[in-house]
Amino acid sequence: MFKSGFKTGRTLAAAAGLAVTFAAGFAAPASAQDTIKVGILHSLSGTMAISETTLKDVMLMLIEEQNKKGGVLGRKLEPVVVDPASNWPLFAEKARELVTKDKVAAVFGCWTSVSRKSVLPVFEELNSILFYPVQYEGEESSRNVFYTGAAPNQQAIPAVDYLAEKEGVKRWVLAGTDYVYPRTTNKILETYLKSKGVKAEDILINYTPFGHSDWQNIVADIKKFGSAGKKTAVVSTINGDANVPFYKELGNQGIKAQDIPVVAFSVGEEELAGIDTKPLVGHLAAWNYFMSVNTPENADFIKKWQTFTKNDKRVTNDPMEAHYIGFNMWVKAVEKAGTTDSNAVIDSLVGVSVPNLTGGYSAMLPNHHITKPVLIGEVQENGQFETVSKTPGLVVGDEWSDFLPDSKDLISDWRAPMSCGNFNVKTGKCGGKGS
Amino acid sequence: MHRALCWLLAAFLALAAPAAFAADQGAADLAPLVRGLGAGSYADTEKALSALAGTGDPAAVPVIEALQAGDLHVRKADGAVVVAKRAGSGFALTDPLTGAALGEADRNAVEKIRINNALRRTISATLGALTLMSPDANTRRQAAEAVFKSRDANALDALNTALAKETDERVRRAMTQARAAVLLAGDAADADKVAAVAVLQERGDQDALALLNGAANSVSNGGSDAVKDAAKKAVASVEQRLALWGAAQNLWYGLSLGSVLLLAAIGLAVTFGVMGVINMAHGEMVMIGAYATFLVQEAFRQWAPGLFDFSILVALPVAFLVSGAVGVAIERSVIRWLYGRPLETLLATWGLSLALQQAVRSIFGPTNREVGAPSWMSGAFELGGLTITYGRLWIVVFAFLVFGALLVALRKTWFGLSIRAVTQNRSMANAMGIRTARVDALTFGLGSGIAGLAGVALSQIDNVSPNLGQGYIIDSFMVVVFGGVGNLWGTLVGALALGGVNKFLEPYAGAVLGKILVLIFIILFIQRRPRGLFALKGRAVEA
Repeated sequence: MFKSGFKTGRTLAAAAGLAVTFAAGFAAPASAQDTIKVGILHSLSGTMAISETTLKDVMLMLIEEQNKKGGVLGRKLEPVVVDPASNWPLFAEKARELVTKDKVAAVFGCWTSVSRKSVLPVFEELNSILFYPVQYEGEESSRNVFYTGAAPNQQAIPAVDYLAEKEGVKRWVLAGTDYVYPRTTNKILETYLKSKGVKAEDILINYTPFGHSDWQNIVADIKKFGSAGKKTAVVSTINGDANVPFYKELGNQGIKAQDIPVVAFSVGEEELAGIDTKPLVGHLAAWNYFMSVNTPENADFIKKWQTFTKNDKRVTNDPMEAHYIGFNMWVKAVEKAGTTDSNAVIDSLVGVSVPNLTGGYSAMLPNHHITKPVLIGEVQENGQFETVSKTPGLVVGDEWSDFLPDSKDLISDWRAPMSCGNFNVKTGKCGGKGS
Repeated sequence: MHRALCWLLAAFLALAAPAAFAADQGAADLAPLVRGLGAGSYADTEKALSALAGTGDPAAVPVIEALQAGDLHVRKADGAVVVAKRAGSGFALTDPLTGAALGEADRNAVEKIRINNALRRTISATLGALTLMSPDANTRRQAAEAVFKSRDANALDALNTALAKETDERVRRAMTQARAAVLLAGDAADADKVAAVAVLQERGDQDALALLNGAANSVSNGGSDAVKDAAKKAVASVEQRLALWGAAQNLWYGLSLGSVLLLAAIGLAVTFGVMGVINMAHGEMVMIGAYATFLVQEAFRQWAPGLFDFSILVALPVAFLVSGAVGVAIERSVIRWLYGRPLETLLATWGLSLALQQAVRSIFGPTNREVGAPSWMSGAFELGGLTITYGRLWIVVFAFLVFGALLVALRKTWFGLSIRAVTQNRSMANAMGIRTARVDALTFGLGSGIAGLAGVALSQIDNVSPNLGQGYIIDSFMVVVFGGVGNLWGTLVGALALGGVNKFLEPYAGAVLGKILVLIFIILFIQRRPRGLFALKGRAVEA
């Protein structure tokens, strides 16, 4: 009994020793040397999880697809997913962890502008690469960040033009959530509208807190503002959760799209999935992509996405397309550079052009923004958008708005001789304002 | 889809008398115009639509209605415009003019004729002009309203004919107003316009104001000074009237916001007010109630879609029981170990709230869930110059019902008596044979259950997402503290007062600053009266 116990113990020890050797032997081929790591920095919990979880999934899908095609530079890609939990300082910590500890070649992530501003110094300090997929307020250009979402001139201004020309709108309500994106966008729009001859009394600007849920008197105010005998429209930069009660209240108070249309910049297919869309039919959104766009590339993308998520009702949206474009650009640039070294990839990214999902090509510009078509769509009963207007060509992303006094003289060009994110054309010096 | 079909059929039958005659000889003339609807671009469709409306033929009405409902399709094989209704995997086709069946078609064999906002406007205008002679009074009134909105000068003749024959007083008034709108917006004689101004002034709502403003400031359509003066006077009088109604409207908004606050806070008034437990997970109980509503609705959608309107009523007890059960579980597992240690309770319940949020996020996903409104809770009605939405009205009624029920439960039942006894003097209650531990659990369950009820109501006006509760927790504490801890009436008055103040500040200060001002007001108020509006006196307070 005693003896056999001793024997078993020895056998066990020997087995364990063997196992360790084996494990070490097998682990070696799969070590970090042979995969390229890609960081995914999207909130999977907290307030922003509602939007960002989808982007994490789409990145996993794109990486899986690329690996099926044989990876990049003959090496497989390995996603590294972290959860910054909608907590802005945590974004910076997680970004640092991805770059220094996991040694990722590039990071795809962030949604809100605050989170981007929070990680920006980290990427600049560690000289790594961030792809940012969401429409934003502009007024920024960093050597280490590639902005694949829309700048204000690729979303807000074409939308306002459409309303003025096609719907004959003369009076404007600029309604937004109280933070940097709506405030900057509305400032740009206000200057733009005034430059088009709209009088100050025909513009009503209204801000509400995050998650505002009682819209009764604001909607009543909009109705009142719209009864001055001129065609009125609402330009909405209302963010995320506050949209559902806003649209519900519009429907309840009987404001139809044919009377006072609302054009939104933050409402996509994903957001509409939580609303009964019948009362909203005809309200508008401006994006660079709609799920309803009829191209073979898009049909293919939707099919892959629904197979990947095992849900044939899952919708696609604009920031997902931005990641699709950004990821393909990165792959192409890495292959062009022949290495994942940040400096080489940053340089080879400019000028890279890849197919977008709306039947054209998007190119990375020297200012690290991309060219995109602008689409205006009307909400349909099935929660999709029907494109009613598309810009004839691609719109070039303008990082420093021409309609803000602080930034109208600034340009950005990260190519060799200039290599500056805020070159002032008036003074001829780099470093006019901001980062 | 089915309802739309019935409706279409009804509309068709309603028009049968004149249409049967017109269909025979009219169908041939209309057919090429109908075909034109499917020509291609929005502009082409609009042109064909105006031509169709120009015939003034009532036989065109079902065609236009089908276009509005999105049932009109183009058959790709021959370019014919057909009404296509979903039947199985394909479509059942009918001729839009004669209603004759044209067999079935595959989903890809037809293409929907799309409409945009401009077309939608034209459709409601033309339908208005075409249905003014409908035998149904309600349809006629809607037609008059449509013409009022479109101000289509072409509808004037039809309007005059219809007015001459009209016998129903309400329809007559709507038609007179529509006529006034058309006259004022078009180029009529000055005398007519001045008369129109008077009619619109009597109507006196936002839409009338829009028209009058247009006339008062017009330079383009050559309005004379007499018309402008009359319009200006009318604008002033209507504005004055609307300002009065505006104050009443604010009062209603205040009441409505107050009732939402009351609903959110009333459960907390039990757990925090009566028991003294700082429950940071209170908002999550509301959220669980909302998700219970979602599940009940899903069940209805699955098994009894016809009874969907009753789903909310079924959701009430379900939400109460689910949230209540979760509350009891929390009390038994966590809170009972922490009585008398407010700081630990606060931290523990805050952790619980995060855990509950993430649990719901893992089960239901991070995206919003759609909770539908039953038909009796959607839409709005006008009361003088007030627009009152049914959803809000029911929530106000519901909040007061819940308040009343809780009051009765605490005052008149054995359970309520036990709660009060335990709160006022625990050891004495224990000595009298009350099982205080059990009463604690049930009281916490009651507060949580009421939060669940609030969740049912809030699912109608807010997002059903894991973050639902977060938006209400601060407000709830504010209401309870402001009203006076431990006093239900204080919670009622506190909720209504905060709601009212918020809504009166909002138009002047904006939503963001308004909220800040309310917060400052409460801080100052608590400095003066630390125990809130209605302070409890006596032993319980000192304990």
